[in-house]
Amino acid sequence: MITREDIKHIADLSMLNLSEDEIVKYTENMKEIVSFANTINEVDTKNATESAFALDTYNVFRKDEVKESFNREILLSNAPSTNGEAFSLPGMMN
Amino acid sequence: MEYEVVIGLEVHAELSTKTKIYCGCSTEFGGDPNTHCCPVCTGMPGALPVLNEKVVEYAVRAGLATNCEIARESKQDRKNYYYPDTPRAYQISQYDLPLCAHGHVEIAVGNTEKEVGITRIHIEDDAGKLVHDGYTGGTLVDFNRAGVPLIEIVSEPDMRSAEEAVAYVEKLKGILEYIGVSDCKMQEGSLRADVNLSLRPVGSEKFGTRTETKNLNSFRAIARAIEFEIARQKEILDAGGIVYQETRRWDDETGEGYATRNKEEAHDYRYFPEPDLMPIRLSEEYIQDIKNSLPELPESRKNRYVNEIGLPEYDADIITSSKYLSDFFEAATDICKNAKAVSNWIMTDIIRIAKEKGIEYNELPFSAENLSRLIMLIDKGIISSAIAKKVFNEMAESGENPEIIVKEKGLIQISDEGAIKEVVDKIIAANPQSVADYKAGKDRALGFLVGQCMKEMKGKGNPQILNKLILEYLNN
Repeated sequence: MITREDIKHIADLSMLNLSEDEIVKYTENMKEIVSFANTINEVDTKNATESAFALDTYNVFRKDEVKESFNREILLSNAPSTNGEAFSLPGMMN
Repeated sequence: MEYEVVIGLEVHAELSTKTKIYCGCSTEFGGDPNTHCCPVCTGMPGALPVLNEKVVEYAVRAGLATNCEIARESKQDRKNYYYPDTPRAYQISQYDLPLCAHGHVEIAVGNTEKEVGITRIHIEDDAGKLVHDGYTGGTLVDFNRAGVPLIEIVSEPDMRSAEEAVAYVEKLKGILEYIGVSDCKMQEGSLRADVNLSLRPVGSEKFGTRTETKNLNSFRAIARAIEFEIARQKEILDAGGIVYQETRRWDDETGEGYATRNKEEAHDYRYFPEPDLMPIRLSEEYIQDIKNSLPELPESRKNRYVNEIGLPEYDADIITSSKYLSDFFEAATDICKNAKAVSNWIMTDIIRIAKEKGIEYNELPFSAENLSRLIMLIDKGIISSAIAKKVFNEMAESGENPEIIVKEKGLIQISDEGAIKEVVDKIIAANPQSVADYKAGKDRALGFLVGQCMKEMKGKGNPQILNKLILEYLNN
């Protein structure tokens, strides 16, 4: 059962400030999401092997070969603020 | 009250792969900000990570070299936390199925040897770098380091002092260098340690509350941070206070540790299996192949140096603590066949030079070949040990072949008895008082006469012959 305390905790971890209205709204939303996800618990898994993945695939590897990196201008182009070289944020450090 | 110190370490080592753990961007250190980046390592939505096969191989090498069991089935997990150096807002790490577990290494402090248990070794990606922007007062983010592969080596709480902790990290550093999985450059942050430390009354079985001091990147910082934290916790406990479980930082400039007050400290990482990356299954052959490819490790080299070559244990320990130094020792010994001389030069002058210049051993300006040439010049009687010191210092500056230095500076030892006798006759004739003193039993006069002759020959006289000739004269 999702409570408003859960929502406040998750918001805290994500560094989000939620208003009282938002907390109420997201608590309801999250209840619906979790209850939807819970339908999978109805499947009988008594004889299934335990697995974290749906596919029986493993060892998908890449060779250790350098590929050209991305153009920096393009990488930075989605950022709200840059100095032309780096992503720029409000002060995080003293 | 008397306390026992309990220390466990988490050591992070950057793996020396060419590319990042989940994309083909270069791992090269330095580089202009955000030029070794792509949508995968900057966490763009929809980018698909693919695991670098070398990362698995290197982690398994590290596990085998530290006596770990290697997992036949392993997987990666998301560790969720929000911080701007982590572009996806999660780190990809390993939670319940690490690649390696249940290992150990041997450490020695003074004459005591002990085993430090290794709980686990797992793979994960490094974070980006935050840089203070002096211009705006803001923070700049450089993701060149984001996605560089790391192994995290977690120890058991088996260490009881700063010395043991440092010995353990030195041992790990040596092993990782030997097996070639990390360059372990501490000043570049490619090897760093988190220290978990608690105190408990001597005799108590129960652990006290521990603190974690993060991101120590030199042996000196590890030792100082530990001493500081021991003193801090002792003071609190002696006053009847409570040590809080907290994350701490160490400021190497002020020599003080302090508690961090970050919100993300709430240890709620909500780990779950990484759905973008498939599990890892390792076959017996794969593991056996890596085992067969491991080079001789420091412990075994050390034993060989002590038992077969006859080096003192302490010297063998120092030399094998660095792969470069140990390779240097072997290469030089191979050429000049005088292991003791090579060891002596390493233990005295080479260590001194590296300290004076503040360089790593692999930055020494001369080769093992040139050191062995120098030793052969002494062994063949071409130069004296005193001259050899001068030649060494010259070689440490220029890296030049000592045979050339000796020739150019005219430093070849004079071993011709006739030529030395001429000098001896001259000095003895000029110092009748010293001769009389010696005959009156003042042995110091001999040293003076030898010194005068040496000075006359600009240090190039063969000391054995010189001594012999003076004594012959004085005792007749």
